Amino acid sequence: MHINIKQMASSLTLILGLALSVSVAQAGEGESFPQANVDPRNLISLQHGARNFMNYCSGCHSAKFVRYNRIAADLGIPEAELKKNLMFTTDKVADTIQSAMPEEEALHWFGVKPPDLSLIARSRGTDHVYAYLRSFYTDPSRPRGVNNTVLPGTAMPNVLGDLQGEQIAVFKTGENGAPEFEKFESVSKGSMTPEEYDLFVRDTVNFLQYMAEPVQNTRKDIGIWVMLFLAVFTSFAYLLYKEVWRDVH
Amino acid sequence: MANEEKKPRSSRIWGWVNERLPVDEMLKSHATEYYAPKNFNVWYVFGVLSLVVLVNQLLTGIFLTMSYKPSATEAFASVEYIMRDVDWGWLIRYLHSTGASAFFIVVYLHMFRALMYGSYRAPRELLWIFGMVIYLALMAEAFMGYLLPWGNMSYWGAQVIVSLFGTIPVIGASLAEWIKGDYFISDITLNRFFSLHVIAIPLILVFLVVAHIQALHTVGSNNPDGIEIKKKKNADGIPLDGVAFHPYYTVKDLYALGVFLMLFLGVVFFAPTFGGMFLEAPNFDQANPMLTPPHIAPVWYFTPFYAMLRAVPSFMGTQVWGVIVMFSAILLLFFLPWLDRSPVKSIRYKGPITKVALAVLAVSFVVLGYCGIQPPQGIFPLLARIFTVTYFLFFLLMPWYSRIDRSKPVPDRVTYDAH
Repeated sequence: MHINIKQMASSLTLILGLALSVSVAQAGEGESFPQANVDPRNLISLQHGARNFMNYCSGCHSAKFVRYNRIAADLGIPEAELKKNLMFTTDKVADTIQSAMPEEEALHWFGVKPPDLSLIARSRGTDHVYAYLRSFYTDPSRPRGVNNTVLPGTAMPNVLGDLQGEQIAVFKTGENGAPEFEKFESVSKGSMTPEEYDLFVRDTVNFLQYMAEPVQNTRKDIGIWVMLFLAVFTSFAYLLYKEVWRDVH
Repeated sequence: MANEEKKPRSSRIWGWVNERLPVDEMLKSHATEYYAPKNFNVWYVFGVLSLVVLVNQLLTGIFLTMSYKPSATEAFASVEYIMRDVDWGWLIRYLHSTGASAFFIVVYLHMFRALMYGSYRAPRELLWIFGMVIYLALMAEAFMGYLLPWGNMSYWGAQVIVSLFGTIPVIGASLAEWIKGDYFISDITLNRFFSLHVIAIPLILVFLVVAHIQALHTVGSNNPDGIEIKKKKNADGIPLDGVAFHPYYTVKDLYALGVFLMLFLGVVFFAPTFGGMFLEAPNFDQANPMLTPPHIAPVWYFTPFYAMLRAVPSFMGTQVWGVIVMFSAILLLFFLPWLDRSPVKSIRYKGPITKVALAVLAVSFVVLGYCGIQPPQGIFPLLARIFTVTYFLFFLLMPWYSRIDRSKPVPDRVTYDAH
């Protein structure tokens, strides 16, 4: 065989090296957050996430690329239940998720329009969103009395404060004299235990992650069949190649 | 005439066509009687793979164009419409976006192959130049295509690259404005980039690829030994070390295609963003002229040149020097056939200096690519400067080191171990 092992190895190393440098580059970028560890295969988690999203997020945030009936189909939610429990702004199941808040009012109330959340998990990353939703703290200097260590100066009120309970942020003096975040301290208990709240956020982030790419599970499922086909195809192509080249000396 | 009648109908139709269009002749001259050296190694699959990726881009591009809307207000949403509501739209889009990166991977490997085995040397200078023009067209195609999803990185990436033209003294500002068709990247820019991306440049690309292949089949393929197989022919005029492209290389390429598709479709189905390298995270936000992404970097295949651009400091109140360095880095490649003075073609028979020089070039390119991805902080600006210099030294010193280097004698026949 003249595609010798050495050359094959060298080109593979080249490709892998490229891929590796890529992942290193990614790892080096941005701040590091605790992992959200979401599981797009966990339907229960996604259903809980959908419930959380519709009840706590969709009042202000749209998800304008996502259709209700797609969610129902993907998450195994019967249409009647979808209409009763998850649809608040429309009764047409093929509609996309629109915010109940008029843009003009939003600008008036918050200074910004709450961002559309269809793709937020892809543009920011699940770890970022997961950290953000757990990092609100009391800060009387802010107009709404809360601030966020992940996105300082955020315009978003602490919608989930009643669930999480109130917490304050403890800062220490950093190397260059600027305050540096150290830890959160709980001030009062919320309606959920810290574990329950963590799960609540995780489910919500899981759902956001699903909305960012609804086809992701199907994509991977099909991918496995494609790989199996290619393995068979390539094996036969290899045998054909060996057979044809037998008479080359 | 009676004899003619006895032939089967299919053969008669075939004959009828061939009297009017030389299909048989073309098949012979490009496939069944095109003799390629029998000693090709794995580096010789990337030409065919580039062609496969080109066809992939053309076909998926046609289907994307059916649902894409080239308008600043609708483009971003139309891409998400393709991803969510068009049947198999997500697959078509991922094939196209992954194909863009795959195109550059196979083309870079294809070019490196040419560097290793001296495939740019006489009589293949024109073949090499066609290849280089294809590479330029490909960069233009990729750059304009990248604006079309109208994501925030599309927008700011285009802004940065178009502003490079603005650094040219005197005409710069009006040139940048002429490219954009506006004072900033706008709906007008998007429309013209769309037009160029879907028709003008693909047309040029296809024409150039045909010319590239025609030139190749005229001079014949080089090989890892850098030996002209046409110099040793048998009584029938067939090169002793040649094998017919079909079936020998068609089956070998079919096998290579299988391996390639496993890698390519592996990315498409399991990691289409490739960790933010093939589809960048900020591009999932719609273009926003008021909001710059925290760190603007072009897609990975441009980053070696982007690193060079940033490595050169501004001088005499203008940053045009970086732009000159960046374009020279590409322009120098055109002159390779005349920079290389070695008596031999292939790296196998070249001396130690050339081997080290080529390794330095490869390392420079990869390190520059890495520096271009990183924010210009810490050690990266220094690294970028060092490797910009070594990149250029490979070319500028070549006339000297390629002549004095101790090359080995080249055998008469190619090196080949039968299977």
